[in-house]
Amino acid sequence: MQLSRDDLKRAYERMFTIRAFEERVEKEFSLGNIPGFAHVYLGQEASGVGVCFDLSDEDYIGSTHRGHGHCIAKGVDVKGMMLEIMGKAAGLCGGKGGSMHIADLSKGMLGANAIVGGAPPLAVGAALTQKYNKTGKVAVAFTGDGASNQGTVFEALNMAVVLKVPAIFVFENNGYGEHTHVSYACGAPSIAERVHSFGMPCEVVDGMDFFAVREAMLRALEHARGGQGPYALEIRCKRFLGHFVGDPQAYRTPQEIAEARAADALPRFRSGVIEAGLLDKSDFDAIEAQILALIEEAVVEAIAAPFPDPARDLTRDVYVKYA
Amino acid sequence: MSKKTYLQAINEAVRQEMQRDRRVIVIGEDVAGGQGGSGEAGGVGSVFGQMQGLYKEFGPERVIDTPISESAIIGAAAGAALTGLRPVAEMMFVDFVGVCFDQIYNQAAKFRYMFGGKAKTPMVIRTTIGAGFRAAAQHSQTLHPLFTMVPGLKVVMPSSPYDAKGLLIQAIRDDDPVIFLESKFLFGMEGEVPDEPYRIPFGEANIVREGKHLTFVAFGAMVPRAVAAAEALAKDGIQVEVVDPRTTSPLDEQTILESVAKTGRLVVIDESPPRCSLACDIAGLVADKGFRSLKSPIKQVTCPHTPVPFAPTLEDEYMPTARRIEEAARSVLEYA
Repeated sequence: MQLSRDDLKRAYERMFTIRAFEERVEKEFSLGNIPGFAHVYLGQEASGVGVCFDLSDEDYIGSTHRGHGHCIAKGVDVKGMMLEIMGKAAGLCGGKGGSMHIADLSKGMLGANAIVGGAPPLAVGAALTQKYNKTGKVAVAFTGDGASNQGTVFEALNMAVVLKVPAIFVFENNGYGEHTHVSYACGAPSIAERVHSFGMPCEVVDGMDFFAVREAMLRALEHARGGQGPYALEIRCKRFLGHFVGDPQAYRTPQEIAEARAADALPRFRSGVIEAGLLDKSDFDAIEAQILALIEEAVVEAIAAPFPDPARDLTRDVYVKYA
Repeated sequence: MSKKTYLQAINEAVRQEMQRDRRVIVIGEDVAGGQGGSGEAGGVGSVFGQMQGLYKEFGPERVIDTPISESAIIGAAAGAALTGLRPVAEMMFVDFVGVCFDQIYNQAAKFRYMFGGKAKTPMVIRTTIGAGFRAAAQHSQTLHPLFTMVPGLKVVMPSSPYDAKGLLIQAIRDDDPVIFLESKFLFGMEGEVPDEPYRIPFGEANIVREGKHLTFVAFGAMVPRAVAAAEALAKDGIQVEVVDPRTTSPLDEQTILESVAKTGRLVVIDESPPRCSLACDIAGLVADKGFRSLKSPIKQVTCPHTPVPFAPTLEDEYMPTARRIEEAARSVLEYA
């Protein structure tokens, strides 16, 4: 499906926002401005943006521990995200969730999830709500090659088929579940074939190509919104960094990492669009400059912002109401 | 008002809430029953019949049979609750929590806090608890302590038909995730239950029987047992106050402390292995906040630190028996 100039700009803007955000997270983490762990989405930008490109705020996504990219792809505010990742009171979750639990329900983002395989059962439920209320909306579960081996995922795949709910299961196969290669951890040769055997279509998609991901997702949406039940995508993508920021990646050769970087989806998108005469270099430069300024602002504001106050915030919001 | 069983009270609560609010759905294994078989669907209505008739009244869209996949059942209920429904999920036996606890304590119970107070997860997990059915180690446990220690979750243990209905309606209308623990032992218990819907607030203990010499605190199926022991002791002129907290989270600390302030003596009866039990929890509470009231040590009557055994001779002794409750009561009263 042909995209307008504005659509192309929006796609690049989202992908570059993820790129710039995550590179900055990497830097701020090393400077000690981000507590805890950070799992960045560098290299997988086209996957998240391609999947979320045609979703509305009323469509839901459930995410993973590597969730910043999914948030941005779904339109979550980057300033609120940076504040949250730094643990600040004004963050999206009041500083109580952090990188691994960042959520924004107003954008249909049901949360990053630090339990591998966390999203699929929840997405079945969110999809059940859509079916029950006849909204025509869908619920997308992001997981990875690692989660493809979790029992919760198998249960969710089967139940989605049995209940025929509009759920879309996205397996971002970046080659590694934490530090273990998919070729070791997945007993079957193909995630897609295994998922398909549960009784739903599953496509293998080039995750370094925004257009390929988006088109596969359009087919998934047509299927799910058309009342035909769940659909799945195995999106093959590259993780530029290790499992977490600071992972020395002794388990990958420098050559493999260089090849991953060489497959970068962003220059591929950029040069393809310029060659096709749809946008020119200045359009891209303007987007990049604008995003970099936004991220800079987000970081400066987040660093200056106050942490939550234990006296006020530690024990609140455990319940809606506790006697 | 009419006489109903504990089982009927549960059924009526769910039915009336489904009539009142279309967001309420029932989901679980065999909550309808018979899907895909050669006969008619819908005749099972849960393994003990708690959901009987609901499929016929509300249909497959609202009474949803699932595969035997507890993680997907509870996880889907959490996802549905997060997005606007009010699911009543069934976990056939509480023992099955071993395969889906993540969905409860890492997911549903944590959303509100993790997401900074911006999420609501109004779901109920109904499940059955309790020994005494010769069902042995994997179908007989009473795991309320496991749930009580989870922040974000509310834990309900009704001990009578009246409480079962009122607490379940409250659970369904509650905006937080609630686990509702149905005592298998009490399903046939009869009592007066109003026909109209009513709510019993959480965190409000019921003083089942008043007394001045000694306080019993008991939960769920242990409440009628505690009452029976109190009646036996009454023959010797011993007046026991029986307090049923009804919910272990939130816990009505005040009523327990007030009762002990009056009696000065406490026995906690808890169908649970002794370590990290509610018996420990309440003994700790009273030792901390009611120390000056105490005239004797606190006694805990619990199960032993073993799995639930099969053989009738063993299982009968596993549960807190009338004899053990009475012995504990007398030792507390005789303490100089």
